[in-house]
Amino acid sequence: MGSVGAKDVPVLMTEDGRRIDGRRADELRPLRIQAGALRQADGSAFVEWGANKVMAAVYGPREVHPRHLQENNKAIVQCKYNMAAFSVDERKRPGLDRRSQEISKVIAEAFESVIFVEEYPRTSIDIYIEVLQANAGTRCAGVVAASVALADAGIPMVDLLPAVAVGKVAGHVVLDLKKEEDNFGEADLPMALVPQSGRLVLLQMEGHMTRTELSKALDLGVGGCRKIYEEMKRALRERYAPTGTASAMEVAA
Amino acid sequence: MSDEVTAEIVTTHILDLARGGRRVDGRGPDDYRPITVEPGFVTTADGSALARIGDTAVVCGIKLEPGKPFPDTPNAGVLTTNAELVPLSSPTFEPGPPHPRAIEVSRVVDRAIRAAETIDLTKLCVTPAEKCWTCFVDMHVIDHSGNIIDTASLAALAALSHATLPSKRFGIGDADTPLAVQHYPVECTFTRLGDTIVVDPTFDEERAGQGRLTVATDEEGRVVAMQKGLVGAFSPDDVKSVVDRAVAHGERIRALAREG
Repeated sequence: MGSVGAKDVPVLMTEDGRRIDGRRADELRPLRIQAGALRQADGSAFVEWGANKVMAAVYGPREVHPRHLQENNKAIVQCKYNMAAFSVDERKRPGLDRRSQEISKVIAEAFESVIFVEEYPRTSIDIYIEVLQANAGTRCAGVVAASVALADAGIPMVDLLPAVAVGKVAGHVVLDLKKEEDNFGEADLPMALVPQSGRLVLLQMEGHMTRTELSKALDLGVGGCRKIYEEMKRALRERYAPTGTASAMEVAA
Repeated sequence: MSDEVTAEIVTTHILDLARGGRRVDGRGPDDYRPITVEPGFVTTADGSALARIGDTAVVCGIKLEPGKPFPDTPNAGVLTTNAELVPLSSPTFEPGPPHPRAIEVSRVVDRAIRAAETIDLTKLCVTPAEKCWTCFVDMHVIDHSGNIIDTASLAALAALSHATLPSKRFGIGDADTPLAVQHYPVECTFTRLGDTIVVDPTFDEERAGQGRLTVATDEEGRVVAMQKGLVGAFSPDDVKSVVDRAVAHGERIRALAREG
């Protein structure tokens, strides 16, 4: 958390329970999802979530590169989460840093938990996430975008994967942190839910939380994920409803 | 990853046993392997420890050197954590740039140390915006028999708890003083084996398991960091019970790190 050397801490929670942008503790930022936003990719999606702008593309199942990663009994899931140099206030040095590599790893593992990988042996399903504009919660926005992109690509999955970060600001457990809340808050807990099973396939946490707060945060996050899930399905229906024949619809249903 | 193979018969055996709450090495689901900590293992370091959990071993060395504070934290020292999965520790590790799994270990250990405010970084500031101590936490995994994260995190905590600021060597003060450690985060890792969630997985249990969950707690029983990894899923209720178990184990392991 950004507490060391932090200055000018803004008022993160007013007395009547309003957050820095006027939201209640359990409110999401405005979320807009567009399925099929790119031409070349097998599947794609664009997510605008608060001040985040995130694009995801899916290629595959296709040949594995590098070849030695190939598995004979299943597809491998590879993910590259990347932040554009201009996506944050101070220019970010381009390329893969350790943070991006860790996020890519946990996202790939989350999706491998829901994709029917055994259907496509000796192939790779490649997920690319580009963060164009960042305002906290980019890995969750990336998971939401990638999940819709996978459905758009017609990859069979157990379910879509809604994701959201819960956190603690000024002693309150709140849903969907924005940048100031992430920077000056006391905890951040991103998660991704499989709605059908009620289980989490992505879960990270940093900060300070009592067991009671953590338990509340998990419940708040699950509730948030279920709302995001509806928006994800709506985006897919919007793309495929006119003809209603696309295979992705079955996945989204 | 294709470079790690666990025979299917081993996987099936592990999962079969887990259904009855049993494990290959005779432990129960909530038992750690024997844990030992040897502080001061490396005398050339400013703080060090060799931690062993079962057959997994990690050496951590602390080096403290003068440096420059980051522009956005002019009043704080710098903490740098790195884990090396050196090739001697496992037939599956190869030389080369850091593998994502090594990066994950470093970042998960770093997250607990940082979030728990293990060291008061403001005390490592010498002259604001100009001079500070940089604290390098380097972990070498020398024998990998599963559960690297807990072993590395324990080695790091023990090394930090027994570290000294080498003020004399760098002309920053007249006498060397102990590095002030104010909180003691302990990471506990669990793996799902079917419907059973076991603590401290072995290498084969990690491979057979359906998801890994690490929970770091401090001495007040607060959660300071979590990481779910590998393929698999946990329900919110699973997470809550794992947190309770992590708090209980944390107390015992914390004492080992502090005393050695």
